[in-house]
Amino acid sequence: MSTRVFVPGDAGALSVGAGEVASAIAAEARRRGAALELVRNGSRGAYWLEPLVEVQTPRERIAYGPVRAGDVPSLFAAGFLDGGTHPLSLGLTDSIPWLRSQQRLTFERVGIIDPTSVADYVKHGGYQGLERALQLSGAQIVQAVTAAGLRGRGGAAFPTGIKWKTVLEQRAPQKYVTCNADEGDSGTFADRMLMEGDPLSLIEGMTIAGIAVGATQGYIYLRAEYPHAHAALRAAIAAAYQAKYLGADVAGSGRRFDLEVRLGAGAYICGEETSMLESLEGRRGEVRVRPPLPAIKGLFGRPTIVNNVVTLTSVPWILAHGAEAYASYGMGKSRGTLPIQLAGNIRRAGLVERAFGLTLRELLYDIGGGTATGRPIRAVQIGGPLGAYVPPAHFDTAVDYEALAAVGAMLGHGGIVVFDDTVDMARMARYAMEFCAIESCGKCTPCRIGSTRGVEVIDRILAGIDGERNVQLLEELCETMVQGSLCGLGGMAPFPVQSALKYFREDFRARV
Amino acid sequence: MENLPSEQSAAVRRIVAEHKDRPGPLLEVLHAIQTSLGYVPEGAVPVVADELNLSRAEVHGVVSFYHHFRRSRPGAHTVSLCQAEACQSMGAGALAEHAQRRLGIRFHQATADGRFSLEPIYCLGNCACSPAAMIDGRLYGRLTPEAFDGLIEGFKSAT
Repeated sequence: MSTRVFVPGDAGALSVGAGEVASAIAAEARRRGAALELVRNGSRGAYWLEPLVEVQTPRERIAYGPVRAGDVPSLFAAGFLDGGTHPLSLGLTDSIPWLRSQQRLTFERVGIIDPTSVADYVKHGGYQGLERALQLSGAQIVQAVTAAGLRGRGGAAFPTGIKWKTVLEQRAPQKYVTCNADEGDSGTFADRMLMEGDPLSLIEGMTIAGIAVGATQGYIYLRAEYPHAHAALRAAIAAAYQAKYLGADVAGSGRRFDLEVRLGAGAYICGEETSMLESLEGRRGEVRVRPPLPAIKGLFGRPTIVNNVVTLTSVPWILAHGAEAYASYGMGKSRGTLPIQLAGNIRRAGLVERAFGLTLRELLYDIGGGTATGRPIRAVQIGGPLGAYVPPAHFDTAVDYEALAAVGAMLGHGGIVVFDDTVDMARMARYAMEFCAIESCGKCTPCRIGSTRGVEVIDRILAGIDGERNVQLLEELCETMVQGSLCGLGGMAPFPVQSALKYFREDFRARV
Repeated sequence: MENLPSEQSAAVRRIVAEHKDRPGPLLEVLHAIQTSLGYVPEGAVPVVADELNLSRAEVHGVVSFYHHFRRSRPGAHTVSLCQAEACQSMGAGALAEHAQRRLGIRFHQATADGRFSLEPIYCLGNCACSPAAMIDGRLYGRLTPEAFDGLIEGFKSAT
């Protein structure tokens, strides 16, 4: 029997050479006449070890990494197909402390299975959630999601069950389930990893949502910057149709659910749900005024569920294991687990799924190992480009929606970007305004004009023109944008600016 | 407005015909045009408008709203450098300066020989391997100025 060797086909792993490693392994195996089956799995999320190669031994999987193509001959020479020892040996994959310390529910299969194989998916617990859902009424499914305490993982943290209940209660000839896969926040890649590493779990989550609320059509709105995820989703959708988990008779239930992927086109604003719906309808991604809520009048004017990838992908686990099991993780009103993304200048960067409640300090130092550059951490930005900068004084704050809000920060989609002490916080504040100006949809004035004025005011401060007066003006401008903007882009873009002014005011000075 | 050469016009009409019965087809149509022609020519706008029963203004409004849609012919290779925060924390700013010097162009420009276009991009989802870039749909991580030069040389010797 041939040995199974796993080399991730994940975009991040490919970006650091996994493709070359896979080719080298295949070539070396041919040269030696060694029988092996190369599986292109997702990434385990330990990006600091990518490309991470695993070998299936009779006992468990053994890991080597980070592997370069040039290491491949020596791996064969060391007998890695039988788990032989090599300088790149990491031992049993499941014993790597960075991975062992995690609580993977949503990511339970990512990096483990062959993402394109329905059989592999089912073998690892896939479609148990759907099987369970098909025995329940729509109201019972919604009740399970509500009882699990699942809140929207895209950033707004709105209770998912309440959203679903609203859609369930609407009477309409057509309802939709849409997945917001426009993961545009810098420092986030959880959606991408899921779509590439376990796309069937998203498909299953959306199917359950459709069965629950009586929607027969689903759309995944995927950002154009994710070509690898696009390919993975299309392959998985085709496989699910083939296996009759999608289409006119989902899993033999007589219920219909169809699903397709639609590509965005490089507009950050389309991560805002009403803008995403406009874009799905083929228009400019301009924000809609609410009410009406999308749950009542959404896509093409019909009741529509809009949920993020992580949210929908958490649903199969909840149905399969029960709401109580999910809710037993976490703290306070933040139930379950959160896939946290450690990004930027951090030594052990990657995907960390843990129950809510661990502190930033544990994440950044115990798990992340401090900065990649070895310098002290000066600031972290949590929750993407609209999230506040958090200084080390707040690193004992727990990762929890309410605890972070209490220190003026927000969790968002769970991305944490780390900066060392060389960061210039006035420049980062300027960037926040510049990004808002580039990405503003233009519908409301505070966002469209305010962001451009914000860049200009910061430029004047840095040029030494009326520093004190302009800092005050900047503060007032931020307040206007926060209070007066139509959606979260203009309304939150000032958060990084305000936090930089609050904690790093010394950086707002004239430059020579 | 440039008139579309007849073979391009035929290609555009074929693309629209393929997608027009799908709900909300405009973005799908524009993606297909860009995949086929490399960009969305000005002359394609009235053709698409006509076929989808939209106004030219509506189609132009959509093409110009989205950063992804190019309105001029790009270089043979499109180099997109991530300029978002995570990549900035790992030196994306310096890498961008280097790339612009190396190619002799600024962002949003193409080299005179038509080989390379240089674009900023705001997050490639590769924030654990910063700084990141995408060239012709292929993702690169942990880029250094030296590695960047190596990639550019590779493309030059290949074409």
